[in-house]
Amino acid sequence: MKKSENTTDTTATNASRRDFLAKAAVVGTVTIAPGVLLHQAARAATAEVEVEVVEVIELDAEPDKNTSRSTRPLDQEVSDKNRWGMLIDTNKCARGCTSCVDACNEANGLEGKTGPQDTQYIRKVTLKSKSTGHETSLPLMCQHCESAPCVDVCPTGASFIRADGIALVDRHICIGCRYCMMACPYKARSFVHEDIKNQKLSAPRGKGTVEACNLCVTRVDHGGLPACVEACTAENHNAMIFGDLKDPNSPISIELRKYGGKQLRSDLALNTGVRYQGLNE
Amino acid sequence: MSKIEYTSVQGKSPAYFGLLGTLGLFILAGLLAAYYMEHHGHHVTGMTNQIVWGLPHVFAIFLIVSASGALNVASIASVFSKKIYEPMARLSALLAVSLLAGGLVVLLLDLGRPDRLIIAMTHYNFKSIFAWNIILYSGFFVFVGAYLWTMMDHTVYGYKKYAGFFAFIWRLILTTGTGAIFGFLVARSTYDAAILAPMFVIMSFAYGLAIFILLLMATYKWTNMELGDAVLRRLRSLLGVFVAAVMYFTIVFHLTNIYETQHHGAEKFILLEGGIYTTVFWIGEIIIGGILPLLMIFAPGLKDNRNSLGLISAMVILGGLSKVYVTVIGGQAYPLEIFPGYEVSSSFYDGMTYSYSPSLPEFLLGLGGVAVALFLVVFALKALKFLPMSLSDKAVDPHAK
Ligand code: SF4
Ligand code: SF4
Repeated sequence: MKKSENTTDTTATNASRRDFLAKAAVVGTVTIAPGVLLHQAARAATAEVEVEVVEVIELDAEPDKNTSRSTRPLDQEVSDKNRWGMLIDTNKCARGCTSCVDACNEANGLEGKTGPQDTQYIRKVTLKSKSTGHETSLPLMCQHCESAPCVDVCPTGASFIRADGIALVDRHICIGCRYCMMACPYKARSFVHEDIKNQKLSAPRGKGTVEACNLCVTRVDHGGLPACVEACTAENHNAMIFGDLKDPNSPISIELRKYGGKQLRSDLALNTGVRYQGLNE
Repeated sequence: MSKIEYTSVQGKSPAYFGLLGTLGLFILAGLLAAYYMEHHGHHVTGMTNQIVWGLPHVFAIFLIVSASGALNVASIASVFSKKIYEPMARLSALLAVSLLAGGLVVLLLDLGRPDRLIIAMTHYNFKSIFAWNIILYSGFFVFVGAYLWTMMDHTVYGYKKYAGFFAFIWRLILTTGTGAIFGFLVARSTYDAAILAPMFVIMSFAYGLAIFILLLMATYKWTNMELGDAVLRRLRSLLGVFVAAVMYFTIVFHLTNIYETQHHGAEKFILLEGGIYTTVFWIGEIIIGGILPLLMIFAPGLKDNRNSLGLISAMVILGGLSKVYVTVIGGQAYPLEIFPGYEVSSSFYDGMTYSYSPSLPEFLLGLGGVAVALFLVVFALKALKFLPMSLSDKAVDPHAK
């Protein structure tokens, strides 16, 4: 598939490393194939991976039990067997904490400026209920919609949803019309208004094109976690869970099954990959 | 009816070249502005991640919408067989393609990556109304071009009726498509209305005709050719009907929004609390673009007063620009309602009204598009025979009293 190549091509890993990663993951998957142990073993496999790619994407060395990760070998096509998503517990999200935002900026080479023309992949939003006065805070980013308005309106097909549910922009065919920004219900996207200096190899950006949270697709492909999730966990807030919505045994699925989760603007029926808990007026 | 004689403008006078030159300068300024915006990025414009479509879109959409309406005179002549409009059909079609070209230039040059035009032409996402519009616009050139050809070349004259009919259908689809660009933005309460697309069609009638009237009067004045009251009287009352229709749709549009609870916030914003947008709405769109022109069109004392008709047309155009401004910019300035029932704040300007101050380059780019359209018209009037020798009362309607 052309599109998945596009994204992995830009990840700045060299061939031999990729080969190794592939083997490591294959070995991992084969050894642990039988059911219940899958996640732990996958994590073991990625633990090895992390040593290898540490200069490139700096994965967290300590996987936690709240998440599931990709075990797909990198030379294998992205498939719809997985759907990556996130669950955010707003009750655990600490007001004033911006660890997720900082980590995202760091991981994607964003400067963290907050002027009206500056890019923000993820932002902290403070909510105050009009009826009860209760205050909540939560991180908001691209919701990785299944029926994504950005994809529907994009004239060239630059906006697309990868088979595993991650919303991406192909920077090579984005013409910068910004129709996707008009269409996104969550204001998730930013337009690159000026030349970019010091960009990261693992997170290519370009003046005149549109960008947004890509669920840290490179890290995820390497068996890692989105930087925001990792940072939130490291701070011990544990407000964000990442994982496979299609795997009934993944922590995110279990949690959703037990306690449910809300889609923002659920009236639009977009089937978002990011869900929220604790949003009761 | 006697055969209509057409002519071209001589185009040898200093005034003609002066006009072309002035328009050329505006085009140049627009191109330089576009280059400046591309070189530095949209950083140098007033556009932001909140107001993502700015003044260039206002101009582009206005020109594209007007383009379709400018074809009205031709359509009425060929599709509805109204003889009095027949001599002006060529000019009407010429103005239509020229306005569309001007609008598209602006749209293209405002892209983040105008250098990727080829990609836009080769990668189609058929779910996207934007991609469809690219096809609609190209088709418009083809259909109206063919129509012009049947009008000007007597060997294919027999196909004129069909060509005119297809051009007519096509332009209705085209304007609906332009309106639908906003209709698809369901997440924005300011655009979430089915009436938007038909309203765009009506808007196109009014703005296109206003521009046509100005062009007609200016051309016949500057070339010292005869333009009788009969034609202008018709055009004047036609404009009155269109302006009234726009007003009607505008009222229905806002009343529907007032009726629907989830649009209350957005509606209150435009009508009452939107600051500059509220001002532009009431003064520009309603008073200058609607009430005053209507009063003047039907004022008995001004019946055959050409200056007043010129003024009316200019006001309709100004009102049209205001309406598009309120729709495009005002519609974005009102914050997205992601969390109903909450007061919202963030570093990304959630929950607040966004401000926008257009920059000079944006304005110049927009004017450049207007200049492109006019340049094409002025140039073509010399190159080919678009103008009927006379539009005197006797020439257009021998039975007139
Ligand atoms: S949140 Fe916005 S940018 Fe992300 S997939 Fe949905 S529509 Fe697209
Ligand atoms: S800005 Fe780029 S990604 Fe967005 S709709 Fe336009 S071409 Fe598609």
